[in-house]
Amino acid sequence: MSKIENIGLFIPCYVDQFYPKVAIATMELLEKLGCKVTYPIAQTCCGQPMANAGYERDTVGTTKHFLETFKNFDYIVAPSGSCVLHVKEHVPAVSEMEMAQKAIQDKTFELTEFLTDVLKVENLKGSFPHKVGFHASCHGHRGLRLGSCSERNEPFFSKGKQLLEQLEGLEWVELTRKDECCGFGGTFAVTEEALSVQMGKDRLEDHLVHGVEVLTGGDMSCIMHLEGIARRNKQPLQFKHIAEILNEAIT
Amino acid sequence: MSHPAKASEFLEDSAKSKWHDETLWFVRDKRDTISKTIPEWEQLRELASRIKDNVLANLDNYLIEFEKNAKANNIHVHWAKDAEEHNNIVLSILQQHRCKAIVKSKSILTEECHLNPFLEENGVEVVDTDLGERIVQFLNQPPSHIVLPAIHLKKRDISEIFHEKLQTEKGNEDPTYLTHAARVHLREKFLGAKVAITGVNFGVAETGEFVVCTNEGNADMGVHLADVHIACMGIEKIIPRRKDLGVFLRLLARSATGQPITNYNSHFRSPSPGKEIHIVLVDNGRTEQLGREKFKNSLKCIRCGACMNTCPIYRRSGGYSYGSVVPGPIGSILSPGLDLKKHSSLPFASTLCGSCTDVCPVKINIHEQLYEWRQEITKDQGTNAKSISMKIANGIFAVPFAYKVSGAMMRGALKILPDSITYSGLNTWGKQRDLPETPKETFKDWYKKNRS
Repeated sequence: MSKIENIGLFIPCYVDQFYPKVAIATMELLEKLGCKVTYPIAQTCCGQPMANAGYERDTVGTTKHFLETFKNFDYIVAPSGSCVLHVKEHVPAVSEMEMAQKAIQDKTFELTEFLTDVLKVENLKGSFPHKVGFHASCHGHRGLRLGSCSERNEPFFSKGKQLLEQLEGLEWVELTRKDECCGFGGTFAVTEEALSVQMGKDRLEDHLVHGVEVLTGGDMSCIMHLEGIARRNKQPLQFKHIAEILNEAIT
Repeated sequence: MSHPAKASEFLEDSAKSKWHDETLWFVRDKRDTISKTIPEWEQLRELASRIKDNVLANLDNYLIEFEKNAKANNIHVHWAKDAEEHNNIVLSILQQHRCKAIVKSKSILTEECHLNPFLEENGVEVVDTDLGERIVQFLNQPPSHIVLPAIHLKKRDISEIFHEKLQTEKGNEDPTYLTHAARVHLREKFLGAKVAITGVNFGVAETGEFVVCTNEGNADMGVHLADVHIACMGIEKIIPRRKDLGVFLRLLARSATGQPITNYNSHFRSPSPGKEIHIVLVDNGRTEQLGREKFKNSLKCIRCGACMNTCPIYRRSGGYSYGSVVPGPIGSILSPGLDLKKHSSLPFASTLCGSCTDVCPVKINIHEQLYEWRQEITKDQGTNAKSISMKIANGIFAVPFAYKVSGAMMRGALKILPDSITYSGLNTWGKQRDLPETPKETFKDWYKKNRS
């Protein structure tokens, strides 16, 4: 396992505001694995909500700010597949920064892929004796290909599972629909509220019938949506970002 | 009505929407299973996609080649720039043959051109001979799915329709009984029609022949009994060589329904003695779409419907929620090119989950095109409340101080506002979902205290 000295921690804006515990877990986890992590304090939002709503052209300022903030790190790591996909593939080109932009995109990683592919984490020491259901968020799953996709004819792999299975006592729960969307979808959650909630309920049902105790995943946005529905309906599920499980377990 | 309004309506009957979701998921699951029995599945998709790239890059030449070869085979070739020309061409052929009743197998193109109402206004009886299409035709409805036109109806609905239209026993829902009644009814129509209309799945440039795929054999039944066969074909349905069919036919039925192949794949090359074949080549906006660099790949579509079956939105909102001839993800990238204003909510009827792109047998980047249409639609809408808020948001996120202040306000507001306001109708998020608990401090605050 390699150790990295100069990691820039990229925390999605809503995680900064609503889920600081996930950002703290990410930071502590990387530190426990021997990395030196800096959170550049000037960071804001990557611009995804605006771009997905059809206003990519209005995110040049936001994108430029992101590049300025992160350009001096060897790696940029975020506990979110969705935001990483956005900065890698959807942001508008910033004129006169094309070279830097490409370089920054190439060194930006979602947390689980950073752990499995860069740090090559293999023998985590820790235990988490629970039945865990993994929500493969679409942007990480089909966008960044963090796992094999049920639509495609390809050998099975899952970077999330690869990490979680290193923990003693953890029981990975197979779902009926392995990688169906939860219905969050950013502004979709509000503009198509009825559909969004129905999709969320259906996902939760899949986890519940298979006896999941803790629902986890790599994107807090999906989990926020699912947890919101589960709590409203008093469903007995716990929700944790994968960084929280790993960080707790290896304490 | 916009997509969200119609989707909410569809979801009101929760038992039926659940059934709709599960039924289409079953089809998607069959597709998954059978596609995994083909080791070279992903290479086949790649090959099909590249053949279609070649077609789109050379469409003009292939069409000319196709026309030349078809004419040499004694096929009459007609060109229609739009739906109106297409409909008039079909009507004039019918009038030449004094034909007042036709049978038609499934053709999404004729739906797109609204051929049925046009012919009916001109005194021609049109009978759709695909069973699902016949069922929705009895109800005066368009198909709700391009492969499974009556998928929104249950056995009980069909039993009632047939009781009314075909005098079947009241309450008899036995599928064999109902299918038999449809067969007797359709046979009579087949025998009486002098002209049969079909769609076209593939037009082969190299030979001038075309291929029509059905599961029920209804295209063949119609064509063989009629004196005149009119085949309506979108200009993008061309493939270069007959051997390319080996790629597309392997993909089509597996993607559509999970079958290894459609039951009938009929090649039409030249008319039997004393009979006529006409092909109407239709543009109707396709050339314009071909000129749109970001969207031209949508023309690769072979109309398998796999993107509908996999789409978590389509499965839970039904085909009619889209208000477009082709519903579902592929419809949402084709329709805005035809009428941007009318279909402006469709590219937003998606979470951009990307499943459509991954099932597509010709690898159309559907979800990326949905994203790109969003950009076009907001430009077209000009300045409105939402575009202003996005400009402000960009201002906030580009300036760390502004972001900090607005974030603190947001969290502060959540803390002090009573539930009645937070969860009122104004707050759509909170209607059926709890909001996250507001933490004492942001990560930024924590980091400053603990790490810097």
